[in-house]
Amino acid sequence: MTKMNMLQAINNALDTAMAEDERVLCFGEDVGVFGGVFRATSNLQQKYGKARCFNTPLVEQGIIGFANGLAAQGSVPVAEIQFADYIFPAFDQIVNESAKFRYRSGNLFDVGGLTIRAPYGGGIAGGLYHSQSPEAYFAHTPGLKIVVPRNPHQAKGLLLAAIHDPNPTLFFEPKRLYRASVGEVPDEDYRLPLGEAEVTKEGTDVTILGWGAQMEVIDQAVERAEKDGISCEVIDLRTILPWDVETVANSVFKTGRLVVTHEAPLTGGFAGEIAATIQERCFLYLESPIARVTGMDTPFPLVLEKEHLPNHLKVYEAIRASVEF
Amino acid sequence: MTTTKSKVVYSPVFTDGAEFRIPTFKLLKQDGKLYKSAKAPDLDKDKALRIYRAMVTTRILDERMLAAQRQGRLSFYMQCTGEEAAVIGSAAALDDGDMIMAQYREQGALAYRGFTIDEFMNQLFGNELDYGKGRQMPVHYGSKKLNYMTISSPLATQIPQATGYAYGQKLRGEGHCTITYFGEGAASEGDFHAALNMAAVHRVPVIFLCRNNGYAISTPAAEQFAADGVAPRAYGYKMDVIRVDGNDILAMYQATQEARKLAVEHNRPVLIEAMSYRLAAHSSSDDPSGYRSKDEEAVWREKDPILRMRLWLESKKWWSEDDEKQLQENMRREVLETMKRAQKRPPPPLESLVSDVYDEVPPALAEQFDKLKAHIRRYPDAYPKSAEYAKGGA
Repeated sequence: MTKMNMLQAINNALDTAMAEDERVLCFGEDVGVFGGVFRATSNLQQKYGKARCFNTPLVEQGIIGFANGLAAQGSVPVAEIQFADYIFPAFDQIVNESAKFRYRSGNLFDVGGLTIRAPYGGGIAGGLYHSQSPEAYFAHTPGLKIVVPRNPHQAKGLLLAAIHDPNPTLFFEPKRLYRASVGEVPDEDYRLPLGEAEVTKEGTDVTILGWGAQMEVIDQAVERAEKDGISCEVIDLRTILPWDVETVANSVFKTGRLVVTHEAPLTGGFAGEIAATIQERCFLYLESPIARVTGMDTPFPLVLEKEHLPNHLKVYEAIRASVEF
Repeated sequence: MTTTKSKVVYSPVFTDGAEFRIPTFKLLKQDGKLYKSAKAPDLDKDKALRIYRAMVTTRILDERMLAAQRQGRLSFYMQCTGEEAAVIGSAAALDDGDMIMAQYREQGALAYRGFTIDEFMNQLFGNELDYGKGRQMPVHYGSKKLNYMTISSPLATQIPQATGYAYGQKLRGEGHCTITYFGEGAASEGDFHAALNMAAVHRVPVIFLCRNNGYAISTPAAEQFAADGVAPRAYGYKMDVIRVDGNDILAMYQATQEARKLAVEHNRPVLIEAMSYRLAAHSSSDDPSGYRSKDEEAVWREKDPILRMRLWLESKKWWSEDDEKQLQENMRREVLETMKRAQKRPPPPLESLVSDVYDEVPPALAEQFDKLKAHIRRYPDAYPKSAEYAKGGA
């Protein structure tokens, strides 16, 4: 075990994967000698050479097109998109190509080796284009997996799982936690399951569900609610697609109440999908309407970021409203 | 750090690139004879006949399948007519272990590699033997064993993928390259530029083969770009480039052979612009009479690449009138017989609706599938293709 922040844990996961398998390659804008603008790929070029860790030209659609080809060839590419806000030029390559490669070829070819890493989310004064949470756009695309870690231990275990998973996987990293989140991380290779949510705290009155940086916000809100005598069950969804309906439904059978929170805007956000599925599954068990605590339906603001974000006070309010309904 | 090493001038000097006029490489005249100063490439009789048979196979397959589409037996079709030399001449210059990432009009390359008429038909009719499990429209072929990547409809997406695939081949060090085909229209997509730039920067063994066939559906090349074709773009990426008469089988073969050497032996990506003409419609859904004249088509019909090669083969005494007659008859019969067989085969099983989305069917999708089967069992007459399958299982 070593104490690491999330960036170090991610760097350590990449290092582990590259050491174990020479087919693993890391590339993207500024990823080479500089180690990425956040330094997630620090020292990898120095350690594994320019052929396996390198800068690409500034062209996201090219990076992912290139990565798709590499994965189809049998390499294990880990492509970095510098900010999730800049993933959209690659939308066609991800949605029409990565996601459909296996299906359209009848499993003759696949890009299962592909992992796309991208820092996402707000809270760093990044304004419109360094703050977005685009998971819902991709969650509408069968064939992709989408994973979001909440702390360094999860980041290493989930990233290694994503790299080795036989399906193309988007790995969104909560950049607000890159240096802020610190914890003990095993030194060896370990993999946490994809497609499985984790109950991080058991409780009986209400279930609160989130992922990534929002888990810290949930913990603060829950601390406050428990002082009011409300017993909260907390779930980290971890994999957005395909998501773990069972774990969430089982929790709601028990508590009868659900609050879902994410940073992305309300309309069309993934909380809507969760709410629809859970009301189908748990209709007769629900004590109150499923609540969504999310970013507002605006582009991501700058000066009024704090007002926009679903912070612990808004989540706390939603917990109270759900219990008092 | 700037990498420009240009000389300095002290008054504004603009340049329009006119000094970069790119010549067209030709060897064979339409009468099957070589141009005066041209020398035929090293191409033995066996290989020449393999190429020619693939060209004729492609032409006959295209004619018969368009007719089948017109008879309502097939939903859709796309012909390679007029571009057989550009496609097959280039494919023949490769090693069979090299990867081909095509656009959709390159069935000739697949025929050259040995895809059987049965395999073509199974895909066209989307039956239970289709490698793609009936999921894609006709002509979206793929073959793992023949190193032919399954076709994807979105244009130009295969081009940066080819750069990536070839980068992987370079790392593996087995001396293989990738060729990717696309039209002059697709070369307007961002993916084209991304692919060429990345290939040049990373010194990737990839051959970019642009079939400049004059039209992107109805849009003529003159409305696609202002420049002198697609070839000059290679200069901007510091890439080797050659423009070839795409209806000249010998020139296409030799140019690609040389390009392959640059790619595999020197890690230099190459752009080949094959000048040709799409003699057929864009697809069975298109009608060229709305945007071009019969006279224009007639000019290009005179430049038929298959006839040109046949005349060359005859001048070498490698081919005769009888050989031609026999090949034509055999191919037509085989196409008709296999079409009947393929059409009669059952569709892929219902399970293929949900398999291969992921390596395993996720729980939520399995649940949707169970619901679908239950629904089909209630309304079997509405789903004749899958009612039998739905009887089994949950």
